Amino acid sequence: MINISLKRFAWLVHPLALLPLALLAVDTALDNLSVNFIQDITERTGIPALVLLVLSIACTPLNTVFGWKWAVALRKPLGLYAFLYVCLHLLTFTALDYGLDWGAIATEVGEKRYILVGTAAFLLLVPLALTSNKAAMRRLGKNWKRLHLLVYAIVPLAVLHYLWLSKDPRPALLFGAATGVLLLLRLPVLRRAFSALRKPGASVDRQKTDTAM
Amino acid sequence: MNARRRTWPQIAASEITPEHIYRSRRQFLRAAGASIGAGLLVACAPSDGSSAAPTPAADATSRLPYGVGTVDELGKAANSFEQITTYNNYYEFSTGKEEVHTLASGFKTEPWTVAVDGLVGKPQSFDIDDLRTMFDQEERVYRLRCVEGWSMVIPWQGFALSKLLKAVEPSAAAKFVRFESVSRPEEMPGQNDIFSFQWPYVEALRLDEAMNDLALVVTGLYGKPLPAQNGAPLRLALPWKYGFKSAKAIVKITLTAEQPATFWTTANAAEYGFYGNVNPDVDHPRWSQRSERRIGELSRQRTLMFNGYESSVAALYQGMDLAVNY
Repeated sequence: MINISLKRFAWLVHPLALLPLALLAVDTALDNLSVNFIQDITERTGIPALVLLVLSIACTPLNTVFGWKWAVALRKPLGLYAFLYVCLHLLTFTALDYGLDWGAIATEVGEKRYILVGTAAFLLLVPLALTSNKAAMRRLGKNWKRLHLLVYAIVPLAVLHYLWLSKDPRPALLFGAATGVLLLLRLPVLRRAFSALRKPGASVDRQKTDTAM
Repeated sequence: MNARRRTWPQIAASEITPEHIYRSRRQFLRAAGASIGAGLLVACAPSDGSSAAPTPAADATSRLPYGVGTVDELGKAANSFEQITTYNNYYEFSTGKEEVHTLASGFKTEPWTVAVDGLVGKPQSFDIDDLRTMFDQEERVYRLRCVEGWSMVIPWQGFALSKLLKAVEPSAAAKFVRFESVSRPEEMPGQNDIFSFQWPYVEALRLDEAMNDLALVVTGLYGKPLPAQNGAPLRLALPWKYGFKSAKAIVKITLTAEQPATFWTTANAAEYGFYGNVNPDVDHPRWSQRSERRIGELSRQRTLMFNGYESSVAALYQGMDLAVNY
């Protein structure tokens, strides 16, 4: 019952994911950003990217724990919206902040560990974004799923990026804790346990049929 | 030493604040912000990332009447009163730079006394009102470089720290000066954060650094009394050092023989050294020290050794390895 009622709201993922961008645009146009507005734009594209990434790996556990099969279909939009914010974040860093001075940018990437892991997370995210369509899934077959397991490296890298750039580590540690719990819920032993608990006789394998997006 | 750098003609407060310049800057920012917003929405790279930058500073400078102290000695326009008073670090209130302005609004700066003690011939307690009149007040336009990679140009008023120190007659054994900031958790929410730092805020200088002419005790900003969020009623301005060295809301100054432990060396010695000199060659794990973002400008600029005050302070550090003594 709860399944059906929640599924009706799944479309909200689109307006909600775009809301931070809309608010940022409004605040920029109305001059509500701080005097260090490049910093604001950097933060307000980075945080949504991280939130959406963490949410994208929450979908499968939501199915595992609560049996919300519809949540699995949200992985694609959440991942792609995250990629949108990551691109804007990177564009802010390279173009707005560093004026496309590639020498200076390369120095920063090599010197600052938080930029290094952030760049790594971005580079790993690119192939996932490029293959988030049915044609790529067909072409890659079994490898598609293997490729998309990269998200379990990307999210910890993104959390590490946030942790290493923060002067107060606590928010990043919360993201880290959430990521840790979500990764634990991927463990086969826990998945089976939850599955058995929720619906005796239900098979974890059934989820596999839902991966098509 | 260049006298122009430090001392400006005494002028009326009303002459100091060219409000039209703040307004034109805010308009520039808004226009820039709006175009950036539009650029983001269509996900295209703003091509004016670096080329648009010189306009606000250049405009403001050219419009300034000669002699008004709102450019620094490099010709860079001072930041607006609004920029200076709405964006700064003050951990006693918050780790956020935009929150300080609001959180500090109820902070009581009167009455206030500053005790000067330790290895001095004449330990004394000064009332803030006396300090404002005891020494010649000067206007100094200083660059402020935050360790976080942003910077401002700020017209401070105050008096040379050396004058205060001479008044208490440092003894021969005195080698360091320790500055202690106020502890008032009931008015300063940041001091209630039990997981973060050891309060009160403490900063320190070598005595010869403190006696340098550039070291300023600040009591005013833009010809007005120093606002609470900027460290009222009494703070330091040490323009060749990162901002965190310039302690705010000082209640106690102690001369010592040993190098004092400071707030930041205690909290994170790997990232913050005792000296905190602006140095583009000494890296920080989170922030670029090679370049900086001048508030109100679009493109980054190179960070200068000792924040551009090398001729005044380099002699203090002769023979020292600044990569070790950061």
